[in-house]
Amino acid sequence: MTALPDSPSGRKLGLVIDLDICVGCHACAVNCKEWNFAGHSGPLTDWNSFSGTETRDGEDAGAWGVWFNRVHTFEVGDGPDSRTVHFPRSCLHCEDAACVTVCPTGASYKREEDGIVLVNADNCIGCKLCSWACPYGAREYDHTDGVMKKCTLCIDRIYNENLEEVDRVPACVSTCPAGARHFGDLGDPDSAVSVLVSERAGYDLMPELGYRPTNKYLPPRPRRDCADSEEVPVSLADLAERDDQAIGSGLLRWVDAVLSR
Amino acid sequence: MHPALSVIIFTTASGAGYGLLALSGLFAAVDWLPRDGSAGGWAIGGALVLVTGGLLASTAHLGRPERAWRALSQWRTSWLSREGLLALATYGPALVFLAGWLRPEAVSWGPWGLLAAAAALLTVYATGKIYATLKPIPAWNNGLVVPGYLVLGGLGGMQILSLIMAATDQYHERFGWIVLLFATCAALVKHGYWRDIARAPSETGSATATGLGTGGERVRLLDAPHTTDNFVMREMGYRIARRHATRLRQICTSTLFAVPAMLALVSTLTDNWFGLVVATALGTASVAIGTLIERWLFFAEARHVVTAYYGTETV
Amino acid sequence: MSVNPFATVRETVDTSPPVSDEVKTTTCYMCACRCGIRVHLKDGDVRYIEGNPDHPVNRGVLCAKGSAGIMQHYSPARLTRPLMRTGPRGSGEFRPIGWDQALKMATGWLSDVRKTDPRRLAFFTGRDQSQALTGFWASQFGTPNHAAHGGFCSVNMAAAGLYTIGGSFWEFGEPDWENTRCFVMFGVAEDHDSNPIKAGLGTLKTRGARFISINPVKTGYSAIADEWIGIRPGTDGVLIGALIHELLRADRIDLAYLVSYTNAPWLVIQDPGAQDHGLFARDDEGRPLAWDSDARAPVPASGTGFRPALVGLHTLPDGREAAPVFHLMASRYLEESHGPDAAESVCGVPAARIRALAAELAHHAFEHPVTLDVPWTDWAGRRHETMTGRPVSMHAMRGISAHSNGFQTCRALHLLQMLLGTIDTPGGFRYKPPFPKPAPPPLKPAGKTGEVEAGQPMPGPPLGFPVGPEDLLVNDDGSPRRIDRAYSWEAPMSAHGLMHLVIGNAARGDPYPIDTLFMYMANMSWNSSMNVPGTIEQLTAWDDEAGQYRIPRIIYSDAYFSEMVPYADLILPDTTYLERWDCISLLDRPICDADGVADSIRQPVVSPRRDVRPFQDVLIELGARLGLPAFVDEKGRPRYPGGYADYLVNHERAPGIGPLAGFRGPDGTEEGKGAVNPDQLERYIENGCFWRHELAPEERYFKHANRAYLEKAVSLGLIGAPEPITLQIYVEALQRFRLAADGHGPVQPPDIHRDRVRTYFDPLPFWYTPFEEDALDTAAFPMHAITQRPMAMYHSWGSQNAWLRQIHGHNRLYMNRSRAGELGIADDDWVRVTSHHGSIKVQVRLMEGVNPDTVWTWNAIGKRKGAWNLSPRAPEATRGFLLNHVISDLLPERETGYRYANADPVTGQAAWFDLRVRIERVSEDRPGETTEPQFHRLDPIWTVPRGDAVLRTVVQGGQER
Ligand SMILES: Nc1nc2c(c(=O)[nH]1)N[C@H]1C(S)=C(S)[C@@H](COP(=O)(O)OP(=O)(O)OC[C@H]3O[C@@H](n4cnc5c(=O)[nH]c(N)nc54)[C@H](O)[C@@H]3O)O[C@H]1N2
Ligand SMILES: Nc1nc2c(c(=O)[nH]1)N[C@H]1C(S)=C(S)[C@@H](COP(=O)(O)OP(=O)(O)OC[C@H]3O[C@@H](n4cnc5c(=O)[nH]c(N)nc54)[C@H](O)[C@@H]3O)O[C@H]1N2
Ligand code: SF4
Ligand code: SF4
Ligand code: SF4
Ligand code: SF4
Ligand code: SF4
Ligand SMILES: [Mo]
Repeated sequence: MTALPDSPSGRKLGLVIDLDICVGCHACAVNCKEWNFAGHSGPLTDWNSFSGTETRDGEDAGAWGVWFNRVHTFEVGDGPDSRTVHFPRSCLHCEDAACVTVCPTGASYKREEDGIVLVNADNCIGCKLCSWACPYGAREYDHTDGVMKKCTLCIDRIYNENLEEVDRVPACVSTCPAGARHFGDLGDPDSAVSVLVSERAGYDLMPELGYRPTNKYLPPRPRRDCADSEEVPVSLADLAERDDQAIGSGLLRWVDAVLSR
Repeated sequence: MHPALSVIIFTTASGAGYGLLALSGLFAAVDWLPRDGSAGGWAIGGALVLVTGGLLASTAHLGRPERAWRALSQWRTSWLSREGLLALATYGPALVFLAGWLRPEAVSWGPWGLLAAAAALLTVYATGKIYATLKPIPAWNNGLVVPGYLVLGGLGGMQILSLIMAATDQYHERFGWIVLLFATCAALVKHGYWRDIARAPSETGSATATGLGTGGERVRLLDAPHTTDNFVMREMGYRIARRHATRLRQICTSTLFAVPAMLALVSTLTDNWFGLVVATALGTASVAIGTLIERWLFFAEARHVVTAYYGTETV
Repeated sequence: MSVNPFATVRETVDTSPPVSDEVKTTTCYMCACRCGIRVHLKDGDVRYIEGNPDHPVNRGVLCAKGSAGIMQHYSPARLTRPLMRTGPRGSGEFRPIGWDQALKMATGWLSDVRKTDPRRLAFFTGRDQSQALTGFWASQFGTPNHAAHGGFCSVNMAAAGLYTIGGSFWEFGEPDWENTRCFVMFGVAEDHDSNPIKAGLGTLKTRGARFISINPVKTGYSAIADEWIGIRPGTDGVLIGALIHELLRADRIDLAYLVSYTNAPWLVIQDPGAQDHGLFARDDEGRPLAWDSDARAPVPASGTGFRPALVGLHTLPDGREAAPVFHLMASRYLEESHGPDAAESVCGVPAARIRALAAELAHHAFEHPVTLDVPWTDWAGRRHETMTGRPVSMHAMRGISAHSNGFQTCRALHLLQMLLGTIDTPGGFRYKPPFPKPAPPPLKPAGKTGEVEAGQPMPGPPLGFPVGPEDLLVNDDGSPRRIDRAYSWEAPMSAHGLMHLVIGNAARGDPYPIDTLFMYMANMSWNSSMNVPGTIEQLTAWDDEAGQYRIPRIIYSDAYFSEMVPYADLILPDTTYLERWDCISLLDRPICDADGVADSIRQPVVSPRRDVRPFQDVLIELGARLGLPAFVDEKGRPRYPGGYADYLVNHERAPGIGPLAGFRGPDGTEEGKGAVNPDQLERYIENGCFWRHELAPEERYFKHANRAYLEKAVSLGLIGAPEPITLQIYVEALQRFRLAADGHGPVQPPDIHRDRVRTYFDPLPFWYTPFEEDALDTAAFPMHAITQRPMAMYHSWGSQNAWLRQIHGHNRLYMNRSRAGELGIADDDWVRVTSHHGSIKVQVRLMEGVNPDTVWTWNAIGKRKGAWNLSPRAPEATRGFLLNHVISDLLPERETGYRYANADPVTGQAAWFDLRVRIERVSEDRPGETTEPQFHRLDPIWTVPRGDAVLRTVVQGGQER
């Protein structure tokens, strides 16, 4: 249904991504590619895979293809105090998903039962309008198939009865080595992901556009320099000077410091 | 936004076609379209040819043109669907209008001309709306986009109508004044639009896109996810150099306003049939070129907020 | 399907599609981390690879490379058949041959060599994980000229650790992720512990522990650190020295730990000029002595119950004077020259920050000790009710080891750990079994005069740990006996050999010419060599007199069309990692973690559809064809006709000890040691292709001094005796070399090397200016240039991988934005990077988080045109580059006129990160501009078909031709 569900179930499945511990390893992106290559919206076609067939501006730009998840790296601020932040980005399964409402065919739809936004590849005409309507760059056009594809929230994993219960999470979540990705029902305020979001002040991307993304990002925790902590002395010098007077300077202080072995 | 040729040709041709159709319907109603002679037939027929050609061109943009018919189903929410429906719906009254015009003895075109005009206007309106409702493209999400489509459609249609009238020797000087009016509106709307999009950048940028930099720090892309551009960047990362844009805007201003306005004046003043035909033909060509460039610029100058993830700090 | 154009068609999603027909476990080999994987197979092809949740290394996670394993397995760059070179070297003209012919050729060449002088075979294996086999094979062949890639990798770290604490970081040890309060990471980008580090950092940060990264570049792990210290490369030793200085000054050190577990109290003879100066004072039985401050007499340092003096000069009964190690160490580091102010000017870290860091380390260590309620018994039989540790942990890798002062810097870091009392204590650094081993492990390299005989095996392994000049492999005139000069005066403690010097030395015939270079899994004509252009020349250098190449024969085993392939004469194509048996053995580099002893295997999960054979099978067959004693039975028939699988099960290195420690004994119940179990591999497979023995809680810390652990280690065959392992603040072996340089003893360095040995073989850690910086006018080469491992690419392997090459298709030179501004360089500009050795042209990317004096790039992204079966126009070749072209293999000439290797003087570790350069802008970004230098393109090998441009299924090319 191209219209957003009238009576959403209240379940809002989505991801919570912890920017404080994402090391930018791309594991989530590649494992997503691997799973989905033969998954519900597969194949995730690649072009110019080993180079040689394509030139842009007179050069061969290399391989490119359909990915549902991509990891960017940003620098925030200037100079040595700037922060480097790795930033994985996939479909946010928005509540006000314009990618759905603009779609002329109904191929793009949001599921009532869990809020997952999918593309019905059998109906898509490849007009690409949904990709223009998505602010997050989450729609991936497969020009060989002529249809739009996108993150399925691993719909063929999370309910898959051929997988063990513990494996019924998105591929990107199960593979993340740092544990920076969480999956769950953000419609349930008591779910682990919702708790995480409220504890860590999880936020929306581009809230000003009003798409109300389901996926949330946990901000990097504030930088802590050792000098910031009141508990920790700024230097041992004071200590050393005091002790110097008490026990003498240099090596002599250890003359009596004999411990039994 | 990447300027897709098929879409540019589509909106240019069908815009002018619908303009022509709408003007024909309206003029017919107020009797400005001479009932004798072939001009009306040429106008309505020509409009349908342009519209159809445009629509066909637009399917070149589709990955699965054979499924284009599916695009009719989502008229409740999708402007693209509405545009498609309206485009199809326009054919009904338009064909009756044409038939009535050509064979008044067999078919009465009565209200169909006006109906066709309304449908044509609505179709262009819907086209404009497709763009104007896209929030991720601030340059398009602008109140002057729909008027722009309407006015340029009107200008194109009026120019063609003038040419047909001139060619069939049924030109009336009021046509020149109307061209002048459209050209002036086009100039006003486009300049207003350009002023708008040059003004305050949207609040969206790498800071809101990432949610980082809330303390006002700059948020710069260090590394894009891949060293090759992906679909998103190929489709939406198009950027045009400012000096090119300025040049092209100047060309737009002359082709869409200065040249047609001047030629319209010439047309109203001249008595020479050949001169009239040449002037209206040149006017038409100028507007066609101008519209193509305007459409190209409309895409090329529009920045999608997704670029905030790929290196643009403010969109 | 509805054909009503106005109807909304609803999709029915199959949410439970069958995933695969079959799941097989094995071990990933997209890098050397060795995670456990589950391979899903569908219709006989690989459908999906995921982490094995039961596996101790990765516990179910998988990195980007591991997830792209499918694409590597089906890579179109896979070699398909054995090849014999027909055109000149480098031309890529080959003739496909059969395996029998290939093996006959190899056997012919090798048996000639073995019959005359086995040293004329240099057998070097790169990134392999079967050194237990390859080293054994070399030794059986009788050549000392064997090593793997450790010499150009991290031997500084390994050797410093093994000589100092009997273990090291990386595969030897890990932080106590669960208990540490403060974790300090020095110079790590990816490590071999790729997934465990990521998981550990995730745990640690989620717990709220502090993470400090010391690294010139703020990317990857450093990006999530609470504090980033952007040190100037090559100067960590100074920073660490200043931390030690601060801690000593404030007496914030763990004296009890030093006294109990280190050689801090051991007495060192103080008699400058004497032949025993600087050696430990020992009793008649050779036991080191300490000074009992109650009895005022020397006692064996290994005893208990006495109170050793830590400072003071003590007179031994024979009149010699001796000072405790602690005394010597503390007097050095208390000097003002080691203070933070002096350090600031060298390492660029503000003195205040160094002070604060020292204070913080002390704070966590001494104000917040971690106590686990686990009683344990020490080596002397004393029971302790709890395990208490200092929750400061460290981890370090090539950032400190790949410098010419790396050995001593790594030692300094271990000293810091010891002073804080954090080695194998709760919250600190933890050994992974089989470590700790005695420091150093009691193993000497074979290959001395008399140990290398025509047609004979060597009496021992080619690699080991010399503890004095007598253990070196040198001739009477002091010249090297090994082709790579390992264990010579130029690199006495080169515990991993010096693979990076083999090609150059062999081409120059210095120290001697060789006949056959046999290599496996190392891209030596490209990213693993310094001075790539020179290496390519050496590989093709022609000897007019002899009418042959200066390296007459090159046999090479690779699985892919790498840059090295065209330079070999005989190619033995290997399988991919999913098509063969492998063994990650306790005899080599096992997969143990701090809480468990483990090893693992790879099993073939699919069979090759090309005419390729696993290298290990080939090696074993060659061994049999050559009649190497361990590879044939009494009748001269192959001893392991079943190939590597047969060998894994049936080979015994010592009675009861084989490549695999799990499921031994006739019924598979014995661990570590036990009789051969014919079903051993099946048992591994049933268990997920690994075996793990979990240590009991009381065995998990203080392993160097924990009786239960030491006994367990002996029972598993990890160490020889349950003796405590004393951590060596002062490394006596170094002093032995120094004494030789001072003219003592029968084995002395040639005069040109004396000064160098005297200077750098300091038994206490110290810092010196890296050699390249020292030798150059730094004003002419003001910048440091270093590389980092990208997390989503493994050296050169990944560029053939259609997915990974999208992430790293080419590389840029990263540069500090303000420094670039000063030099008039804008983002995307092209610059020329000039070192004392050469120059490259590359494109820059400006960034904030990098030390201003440093430029860096991702390692091994640049590819040679045509290699890896990529188009010559591929961005890897046109816009990618290697820093290696401007890294010299030799140092600038010294006063003596001698050019040493660009390496650490103690271990010979390649000093990749000593590189100094100058950067000049050449032009703006112009489309189509290419990096320089460009080498002539490698022509495609016709047996290796090109891959499909459009990938719609993972199964690619590689069909036989
Ligand atoms: N500038 C710079 N250079 C460096 C470094 C650096 O930090 N900076 N690091 C150095 C270090 S630490 C290392 S370890 C080296 C690594 O450099 P190399 O040892 O050359 O490692 P790889 O590039 O991984 O290439 C190994 C070869 O193994 C082949 N191979 C892959 N899989 C298989 C297989 O299953 N079987 C067989 N037979 N072959 C296979 C590949 O095709 C490739 O040709 O690089 C060194 N070079
Ligand atoms: N993904 C991936 N993983 C790998 C590999 C790979 O190619 N790809 N290679 C494997 C191999 S062979 C190895 S040896 C390991 C190497 O593992 P690492 O040692 O982690 O690898 P490098 O990238 O060489 O890391 C060097 C780091 O030290 C920093 N550095 C350079 N100079 C200095 C210095 O003077 N001081 C300090 N403090 N830091 C410095 C660099 O900025 C960089 O971050 O990784 C292994 N793991
Ligand atoms: S796998 Fe995890 S740590 Fe790696 S990039 Fe993705 S979210 Fe970040
Ligand atoms: S992220 Fe984009 S594609 Fe996904 S639901 Fe939101 S708008 Fe649609
Ligand atoms: S590309 Fe497909 S999914 Fe997207 S709007 Fe068009 S028809 Fe709908
Ligand atoms: S949820 Fe599944 S489809 Fe979406 S990004 Fe993660 S792995 Fe990819
Ligand atoms: S770290 Fe990655 S590539 Fe290395 S073994 Fe583990 S999963 Fe494989
Ligand atoms: Mo390495």
